[in-house]
Parts: sequence; structure tokens; C-alpha cells
Amino acid sequence: MANHQALDFEKNVSRALNDAQLRKNFKFAMGNFILKRKAIFPDETETEQLRTLGNAIKQRALSRLPELLAQLEEKCSQNDIQVHWAETTAEANRQVLDIMQAHQATLLVKGKSMVSEEMHLNKFLQGHGIEAMETDLGEFIVQLNNETPSHIIVPAIHKNKDQIARILHENIPDTPYTEDVQELNAIARKTLRQKFYRAGVGLSGVNLAVAETGTLCLVENEGNGRMCTTVPPVHIALMGLEKVIEKLEEVPPMLRLLIGSATGQLITTYVNMITSPRKEGEKDGPQEVHLIILDNGRSNIYADAQRRQTLQCIRCGTCLNHCPVYTRIGGHAYGYIYPGPIGKILNPQVEGLEAAGVLATASSLCNACEEVCPVKIPIPELLRRIRNESYANDFTGTIDGHGYKRNWVELGVWKAWAIMNTHQLINAAGQKIMGTLGLKLPKLGPLKNWTRHRTYPQLAKKSLHELVKEHGVDNE
Amino acid sequence: MSSQARERIFARLNAARPNPLTPGPGVGDLPVKTYSREEKIEHLKSLMEAMRTEVYLTSEQTWLAELKEVLKQRDVKKLLYGPQSPIGEALQSKWKNDDRDLPELVPYDKEIEQFKGEVFNIDAGITSTYGAIAETGALILWSSKEEPRLMSLVPPIHIAVLQAGKIYNTFLEVMQKENWAGGMPTNAFLVSGPSKTADIELTLAFGVHGPKELIVLIVDGE
Amino acid sequence: MRNYPEKPERAYYFGTCLADMFYPESGMAGIKLIQQQGVSVIFPPEQTCCGQPAYNSGFPAEARTVARKQIDLFYKNYPIVVPSGSCAGMMRHHYPKLFENDPAIDQVKNFSARIFELSEFLVNVLNIKLEDRGKPVKVTWHSSCHALREMKVTEDSKSLIRQLKNVELVDLENEYECCGFGGTFAVKQPQISDVMVNDKVDYIRQTGAARVLSGDCGCLMNITGAMDYRHIPITGQHLAEFIWERING
Repeated sequence: MANHQALDFEKNVSRALNDAQLRKNFKFAMGNFILKRKAIFPDETETEQLRTLGNAIKQRALSRLPELLAQLEEKCSQNDIQVHWAETTAEANRQVLDIMQAHQATLLVKGKSMVSEEMHLNKFLQGHGIEAMETDLGEFIVQLNNETPSHIIVPAIHKNKDQIARILHENIPDTPYTEDVQELNAIARKTLRQKFYRAGVGLSGVNLAVAETGTLCLVENEGNGRMCTTVPPVHIALMGLEKVIEKLEEVPPMLRLLIGSATGQLITTYVNMITSPRKEGEKDGPQEVHLIILDNGRSNIYADAQRRQTLQCIRCGTCLNHCPVYTRIGGHAYGYIYPGPIGKILNPQVEGLEAAGVLATASSLCNACEEVCPVKIPIPELLRRIRNESYANDFTGTIDGHGYKRNWVELGVWKAWAIMNTHQLINAAGQKIMGTLGLKLPKLGPLKNWTRHRTYPQLAKKSLHELVKEHGVDNE
Repeated sequence: MSSQARERIFARLNAARPNPLTPGPGVGDLPVKTYSREEKIEHLKSLMEAMRTEVYLTSEQTWLAELKEVLKQRDVKKLLYGPQSPIGEALQSKWKNDDRDLPELVPYDKEIEQFKGEVFNIDAGITSTYGAIAETGALILWSSKEEPRLMSLVPPIHIAVLQAGKIYNTFLEVMQKENWAGGMPTNAFLVSGPSKTADIELTLAFGVHGPKELIVLIVDGE
Repeated sequence: MRNYPEKPERAYYFGTCLADMFYPESGMAGIKLIQQQGVSVIFPPEQTCCGQPAYNSGFPAEARTVARKQIDLFYKNYPIVVPSGSCAGMMRHHYPKLFENDPAIDQVKNFSARIFELSEFLVNVLNIKLEDRGKPVKVTWHSSCHALREMKVTEDSKSLIRQLKNVELVDLENEYECCGFGGTFAVKQPQISDVMVNDKVDYIRQTGAARVLSGDCGCLMNITGAMDYRHIPITGQHLAEFIWERING
């Protein structure tokens, strides 16, 4: 958890907004994603029905979470998938290491896994002399450049062709500089093929875990996921405990929502459903499959009915794509693993309000995210919840760090505002004075931020209340 | 350690005791999509072709000839196949009587541990299929003893033989009709085209880690 | 789709705090438009603010205090017309949440059910017909996020503009993107807000419109403030005021 430096959000934002290349890249990419999503969900009524179903499936699953996790474990175990439980990322890291060491494996090939990012797994393994090789092209690129992903689905979206060309040229031996996309792909294919071949262990995330059958579902376009989960003799799957759903038949609509929202496709190149390691008589596939189920604060989020909705997330990334803030500042500015609207509600709840509460202020509450979330997470409502708990003026709260922002000044301002707005006479008097003297709204504290790029609004000489009276409008 | 973690996690989850939910909508509430036999073939073909799959409509009599043509065009030297698979016998019997332009048939008849280098150096793999899904344009494959998983993944060319009568309308349909929940194989997977990525500036590029080419021979029994 | 009532004899009007302070003529125009359709307008004089600023900033108790006052003022069973998608959204969709566990929840729900944004009221309840007496002009429309997504009245607003035959309505590029006001967001995250409003202004310029119209004073303040700062000679105007001007020549 304490793997980050203190988040200097303001500085991050400043840096991002002044990076013209970054802004251009994100504007292009997010605009693209928005159009793609519209195209793949053309019928509003049908889409709405599908989203309602997605929400119901996730809510039902969450309402029975302990039961379904127990069922998942039982089914998996019956099928020889070894299930491990990790409360913290440290425990999960240890479990991965133990499995690798048990097989004397020094090379791990990884499919995309946000949970592994939460764990900072690669760095941990590196500290133990193990090479953890990212194989998703975007992740591969950011790994070579010693960075973290800037988007859940397209990790290297902040980079241009020429930047990527340079990264590959400078970091992979005997690699020419080329900006041709086909050639760049060919370089990645060639380099990673050797890794798939040699790796002792393959790692993946889990998009959906089905309790009914003990099946792990994974979606991808590149084929690296299937490589990681089929070639090496050992496969480790990492999942957050909220990823379980009840029934196999719920997979098709959930995938339609996930894939359509994530990439604007009807279906990914591959949909991979794994239920066991290699069986007797089968000739390939891993001989051991491990499932590590991670908590890392999720069970605390679960405890609160309103906050629990955060766990409905299927990590599609569409909230990022539609967010006017994310589009402008990109993923790295958020400082923690999950960017965008989901990051703004998840990171404060996992990392605590003191560390990450500021993220919840980086929203104009425009509701664009809520409008497109495939499982209908009420993100704006949860943002308000986090803001409320940041002050916790009533001294209640369940998020770690609640009340950290409580201060007399702001409370005083809002209490004064409440008094003015429940006593129109006082309100009117105040306005009259300022209006008559032609004063603009005082430049109190943060209010002066208004004039960095805007002129001040002028208080009208006569208020609406006065005009209404003059025009003889009835008052009851 | 894992069991202690498990206990503590479950203790927290159980303590929350959420209210049981009223059922709400289920998958049965979704509109059902159905296509005619011809529509299924047409829809599958057009969706797959849009994703750079090569699709050939053939019959029981012509699919092998078509296959040979496809292999010759690409100058395939070695073709990986499953000898005990539904198409394995057809391939074996029909190959002997033919010309030298055809690739060598390489049976996948040992465990990968004894075979890895060869599998990774083979030009093409041919598999049968469990079926296909018309709505999304995807083949269904189930791993089996006869046709190991890597056949459709490692060789740069994957040729898939699909019986037209096994094209289902939707993913939900095949799951329910064939009672997948009653028993899942080691690995069930869908394939909707050759591998691809748009990670670089959202520019679509084909042939990443999975096969660079996918060729589907639809065998129409009627 | 919302079920709209028949044209009433009387309707309440909630002016909004921003209209009260900064755009009183627009607030007044809304009242006149309703009155002109033969509906008697009632303006409870003690009304102030819907409470949204506190509600969004982490001060729900203060928001509730102010909200309660408004709810008590509009106690008769008349529709309540609001010249702002933002305030209407607050009072219609968020009041029930704000008062979820409050004994007065039924009263609150009754209040919320009677809230109408001005455009939707003019179009769907009054079935207003507009005759344009103004000179030809090119305008563009900016919808507040809550008018668009919560109250869903954007099409109603645009349909009013389209009734005016000498007005050419040009759509904004990235029309549905937030202008960056977000109430206290503009002052709490000024860097991001500044960039958002300036992008919006750039899109407005691109349309070649002489005016940008909106149904929300918050967005108007934000956008016109940014346009003025850059000395851009495009006028920002509230829809109600614009319509009133057009039909009176």
C-alpha cells in the first residue's frame, strides 16, 4: 500500500496539461473510443436493458459474495485448480514468489493484470532475481520504458509511434528504428515468442470467475494471454475477490458489455475459459493452475452498502474514455494504479482519504461516466460520498482517514451560506450592498482561481427577487 | 498463511450481511436472436472476414481440395494436425495419394514437453471445431486429447474446419442448449479472427502473438 | 419518458440563486413566457438556492438545511418551473436521496415530482408556439451536464430554438462535453477547469455563431467569463431571455 510517494496531484495535473503531445494523444484516443462505443451499442433501448442486466448480475453476485467465493473455491479445487487467499498485496506477492521458487522458475510471462499492478508484482519479483516479462504489447512498451500503464485497456496510449519506435530500438538488442506499425508488432512478436517458449510460469488476470463451474474467463485480442496460460507448465491467475459471478450463462451478456465498452468490439479475438490444468491424456496446457484471490481493501469497501457498488466494476475503462478530466490529464496524473472516474472512487477507499482523497475533487460531476458504465456504478454519488467523508462534519464515516479535511474555515463558510440561504432578507441585503456599490464578488481564497482565465461575473443591479416584485408577480 | 487470510477475509465479508436482493432481470429477459441457416453462414462469414479471416464455403466433397489449395498458395511446409481428431483420419487417408507440393503432415501425438521446438517452428495447424456463433462471428473450440490447445495458437497459420450445422445463433444459446454448465472442458475458447492489436496509436495491426492468419473451411453438409 | 401533466392554471417558479444574482432578466423572461401562455406564475419571495453547491462540496447537512427551506415554501400542489437543468436536477433527482432517511421524505418526494425544467415545461406542458420577429442570426447551443443527463431536456431546448425561423442553430463539436464549471470544481481544480472552458470556447468559435445559448446560468457565467477574458466578441445568453427577445422583435 505505501508504495507511492505522496501524491502531488496539482503538480501532476500541471505537468500533464502543459504536455501538448500528451493532450493530443489522449484527445485523439478518447474521441475514438467514444465513437466506437456508440457504434457497437447503437440501440439505446437495448443497451439500457443490457446495462440494467449487467448491474443486476453484479449486484446479485455481490449480495452473495462469501457464498459464491466459497463455491468458486470448491469447484476450482475439484478441478485441481489450487486456490490461494491473500489479504494484502504483500501476501499475494509472496504467494507468486513461492510458486515460482517451488518450480525454480526465473522467468515469468505476464498477460495484462491490473491486480498485478496493484501488487507492484514486477518490481517485487525483480528484487528476488526473477524476470517478469509483460507480453501485452502496450504493457510491454511501458515496461521497457520503466513506466506504469496510463490506461486500463491501452496502457501505452500516451505514447506516439516515434516514441515507441525509439523505446523498442533502444531497449531490445539488434532492433532497428522503425515507425511502421506492422514492423513494430513484428519486433514484439519475435522478442516475446522466445519468452513464451522459455518461461517457467505464466501469469494472467481474470475478467470473470464463474462460481457455478469454477471457470476463469479471459478476453484478449493479441493471443499473449492464451500463450501465458497455455505454454508454460504453470499458470497463475490473479483476481480481486469482487470478480466472481454466479452462473456460466451470465458470461455472454457480461462479455458483451465488457468488450463493447472496453474496445468497441462485438467480441475480442479470443475468449478463453479455463476450468482445470492439463488432464490425463491431454498433451499440452499447464500442469498446475493456481488462482490467487486478493482482498487489498475490497472487503472493507464491501462492508458498506453504498460503497459496495464500487466493486461492481469490471475494469472496462469506458469511464476513462468518457471523462473530460481524464482526457485532459491522462492516466499517470492520478498517481495510483487506477486512473479516471473509477480511480477517483477506488483509490481513496483503498489507499485512504489522506493519501488519495484529493482525486475525488477532480470531477465536475458531469455524469458522463455514470451514463456509460456497463454495470451502472453511481460514480458521481460515490464521489460525493468521498467528499462528504473527507469533511465528515458529523464525525461519522467508514473510509480510512475520514474527516481529514475538516476545518473551521470551510465549515464556517458553508454555515454562513446556509444562514443566508434560509433567510432571504439577509441574503437580499447582502446582495443589495454589493450590487449598489458595484462590487464584484470578493476574491475570497479559492474564489480568486476564477479569474485566472475568466472575467468576474457582475452582480446585477436589481436581483430577480426585485424584478419579480416590480412586475407584480404573485407571491402565493 | 493463505487459510488464515481466507478466514479473516470471509469473516469481514460475512459480517457485512447484505440484504438479500429481489431477483431483478435475468439473462432470460434479453431479446433472443435467431438466424436462418443461410443467414447464420452469411453472418458468420461476413463478421469473420471483416476481422481478416479467410472463409471458404465448401462441402464434404470439396473441403479437402480447398484445403490443399490454401496450403499450396502459402507454400506451407508442415501442417500440424491431431491424428485422432474428426478430420485427422480424412487428412491421413487423403494425403498419401497426392502431389509433393503438399506439406508434410505432422501429428500432434506426444506431450508438448517432447515437442515444443517443433510446434514452435511449424508453419500451420489445422483443427476441427466445436461449432461457431453467428451473432458475434466466432469459432468455438474445446481443448481435447485429440486436438491440443496450442495447435490453434502457436503456428502462424490456423486452419479451422467448421460444420455448417454447428453454427449457433448466440453464445448464450450454445451454452444453454449444450448444457455447458453441466461440465466444462479444461479449456473452451472462442476465436474470431487472426490475432491483432491497436495498442500503438489505436492503429489496427494483425498477427501479434497468436496466429497471423486464420482460415475457416465451412463444410456445408446439405 | 416522463409523463407530463395538462396545462395548469397556476405554476410556481424557482428562480435559482445564480439567476437572482447575475441573470435576473433571464429569470424574468422565463416567468413572462409562462404568463404569456395564460398560466398564473407564483414566486414565493423567500426562495433562495437549491442547495447544490453545498451538496456537491461535501456539506450535505448544510445542503439539507437550505433544501428544506425551499421544499416548505413550495407547498401547494402546483408544478414548479426552474430555468436551470442543474437546479432542476438537484431538486428532482437528488432531494429524495438527500432526505432518504428523513421523516419528511414523502413531502420531499411530492416536491421533487413537481419539478420541471423550463424548456420541458414550455414544450411538453404548455405546448408553446413561437413566432420569430427577430433578424437572422446564427447561434449554437450548450447544454449543461445535468440538463443533458439528469433532466434530459436538451432536445426540448433545441426544439424551441428550431421553432424560431430566422435563427440558424449550429451544433457544437463535442457538444456533450462538460464546460468545466461544476460549481466549486472551477475553483478547486482551476487548472483542469480552465482548460475545459477554453476548449469549449474554441468549439464555440469554430461554429461561427454570434451567440451561444444555454439553459443554465452556471455554464453561462463560466463560458462568457472565459470568452470575455479572451476578448472574443460572442455573446452568451440564457435561452429564456433569447426567446423572449425573438418573439418580441
